[in-house]
Amino acid sequence: MRLELGHVNISDVQFGAETKIENGVLYVNKEELISLIKEDEHLKEVDVEIARPGESVRITPVKDVIEPRVKVEGPGEIFPGVLGKVETVGSGKTYALKGCAVVTTGKIVGFQEGIIDMTGPGAEYTPFSKTNNVVLICEPVDGLKQHDHERAVRFAGLKAAKYLAEAAREVTPDKVEVFETLPLLEQLNQYPDLPKVAYVQMLQSQGLLHDTYVYGVDAKQIVPTILYPTEIMDGAIISGNCVSACDKNTTYHHLNNPVVADLYEKHGKELNFVGVIITNENVYLADKERSSNWTAKLAEYLGLDGVIISQEGFGNPDTDLIMNCKKIEQKGIKTVIITDEYAGRDGSSQSLADADPLANAVVTGGNANEIIELPAMDKVIGSLEYIDTIAGGFDGSLKEDGSITVELQAITGATNELGFNKMSAKGF
Amino acid sequence: MGKIKVVHYINQFFAGIGGEEKADIKPEVREEVIGPGMALNAGFKGEAEIVATVICGDSYFNENVEEAKAEILEMVKKYEPDLFIAGPAFNAGRYGVACATITAAVQEELGIPAMTAMYEENPGVDMFRKDLYIVATKNSAAGMRDAVNKMVPLALKLAKGEEIGTPDEEHYHARGIRKNFFADKRGSARAVDMLIKKLKGEEFQTEYPMPDFDRVEPNPAVKDISKATIALVTSGGIVPKGNPDHIESSSASKYGKYDIEGFEDLTSETHETAHGGYDPVYANEDADRVLPVDVLREMEKEGKIGKLHRYFYTTVGNGTAVKNAKAFGEEIGKELKEAGVDAVILTST
Repeated sequence: MRLELGHVNISDVQFGAETKIENGVLYVNKEELISLIKEDEHLKEVDVEIARPGESVRITPVKDVIEPRVKVEGPGEIFPGVLGKVETVGSGKTYALKGCAVVTTGKIVGFQEGIIDMTGPGAEYTPFSKTNNVVLICEPVDGLKQHDHERAVRFAGLKAAKYLAEAAREVTPDKVEVFETLPLLEQLNQYPDLPKVAYVQMLQSQGLLHDTYVYGVDAKQIVPTILYPTEIMDGAIISGNCVSACDKNTTYHHLNNPVVADLYEKHGKELNFVGVIITNENVYLADKERSSNWTAKLAEYLGLDGVIISQEGFGNPDTDLIMNCKKIEQKGIKTVIITDEYAGRDGSSQSLADADPLANAVVTGGNANEIIELPAMDKVIGSLEYIDTIAGGFDGSLKEDGSITVELQAITGATNELGFNKMSAKGF
Repeated sequence: MGKIKVVHYINQFFAGIGGEEKADIKPEVREEVIGPGMALNAGFKGEAEIVATVICGDSYFNENVEEAKAEILEMVKKYEPDLFIAGPAFNAGRYGVACATITAAVQEELGIPAMTAMYEENPGVDMFRKDLYIVATKNSAAGMRDAVNKMVPLALKLAKGEEIGTPDEEHYHARGIRKNFFADKRGSARAVDMLIKKLKGEEFQTEYPMPDFDRVEPNPAVKDISKATIALVTSGGIVPKGNPDHIESSSASKYGKYDIEGFEDLTSETHETAHGGYDPVYANEDADRVLPVDVLREMEKEGKIGKLHRYFYTTVGNGTAVKNAKAFGEEIGKELKEAGVDAVILTST
């Protein structure tokens, strides 16, 4: 499967009479976008704002972040099985609006929604302070239950991203990257002397607002399976998560999965990247056993030498992470795991809820409990009223002057477990 | 800043007073540089100076900890030092424990920067590594030169209040404190690099060495449950409506203890969840789904259990640090035991 990914660089976003891209500027017809999103009867009010890098703007509570992408050639559409037909994606040509994202906010769904600061110390910790953000503020109709509310806002974000990306369809991309993974036997023969490596991606599926969708299927319902890496770039996996903001894999993270990108970077040079094994993080023990047995079985079946395993969330999924790691290592296949830490505010507590000596190669996205002070911003998109109760906040997090003291946990993407950021932690 | 003033602590053996037969000598202070202090003083190259040496017998210290501590603290205080150093104790167990105990006392009670040094298997390391900078030494005094070379730079940094590097850089026993920093490469690239090294059989460094995991053996079964007092404890965040003690939705810093006398059933009128890690709709509709008071009341009536304990304990197990959870568990366990509870049903979510 071969995908050409065209980068359409967006240096600014502005409202305009027509939604279009000109000289790297994305113009958005606000009314048209709002009326598209308001088609959903679950949403009472919808507004759109723009937040640019460096502006004194705070967005909260953030639910999802999505990079607008459009398929210009090849089968299927973006977000197959969700917005598009359930055609297999990952081949042909796709354009991505680089430097631009859709961010969804509005009344809180659960507790686990985040903060994005476009400037100041908090901006260092979130990748979305560097993107030009089209922010949807979605207010649900009265009495809407949390799961219906989450779904309505999830679809709002995806629809907005799809709508904006259409503007790129006829644009000539600034850069084109080509990714190719061959059918397995051919792929093994292409680089017979290089170690065979796959990526085991664990998808958040604890349920009760902790869900991920694969081609529209709730990941709780899947057994581990294999994807071409390029399928992910076309939106095969989307987030439906209210997991703590810091280690929630937003849809943007999935589309731009850094493990996939960095394995491709070494593909044909130092390793042979043969594919992605996706698995879930269900809460029942039998499911954990079955899924980890299957990831190990698939890793063996593919004849792998090594895997990178990434996690989403923390606590309960730590057990899935360790089970996957242990069982794959026991097959004689080398593993590196990517996680993050909950070592307490002073960093002195044990970081994970499970551990095993076979997990001897760990990459960490940092300690999510570490405290950060966020100064007040000139403008808030969304609302500050949930700051004390979102995951990572506590009584008194929000000060009268609008400044905030919270754990990094509350910052969207801060300790990402796909390894999206540079942050790590050291033992002292 | 003038010369850094140092008070040094050693035992009877390193002071040249004698071995085991002299281990019961009481603390004394001498305004001189003695034994290993000579090498330390030389290492300071004039930047710091040992102004006094406290000597105490290992047996005396360990058998009279409180008295010895108080006496020594008085001696140290008098010199108003900028830094306190004990040892190195190498693999001498009682000496190591004495060094670590007095170093911790000076640091905490006098607020003076303090450090010690010993071999990794010295029991003093495990007792105090979380609280102290303990330089890693070899297991015998043959490693004195090496120990002094490692102690001097760390000692000077501590006295000057400079930033202390990692255990590898500064040669101290890791204290297990995790601190964030920004690496040169993103995590996924670090993972790919690490995997390539691991595949090649080259040396690689994990970013998080696995901890020794605490596994708890279950207790034997309750002999006669029909006579037992049963308590309910949950990490599912069930609280009286309004969450009166403001237990956090995540990273809980506290737990609550609530009276359920007279409650046959928890309802959406009386109870809810404070937990931020799951869709609260079902728990808020009926908190018995997480904290089964209704079922236990029935069992109480039917005589299947002796009695439901009057109070339930609750916290939020969502990103809550293991250290906090452990402290809650210890306190709750103690109270339940004192209240004569025979068994506990722990519910999670």
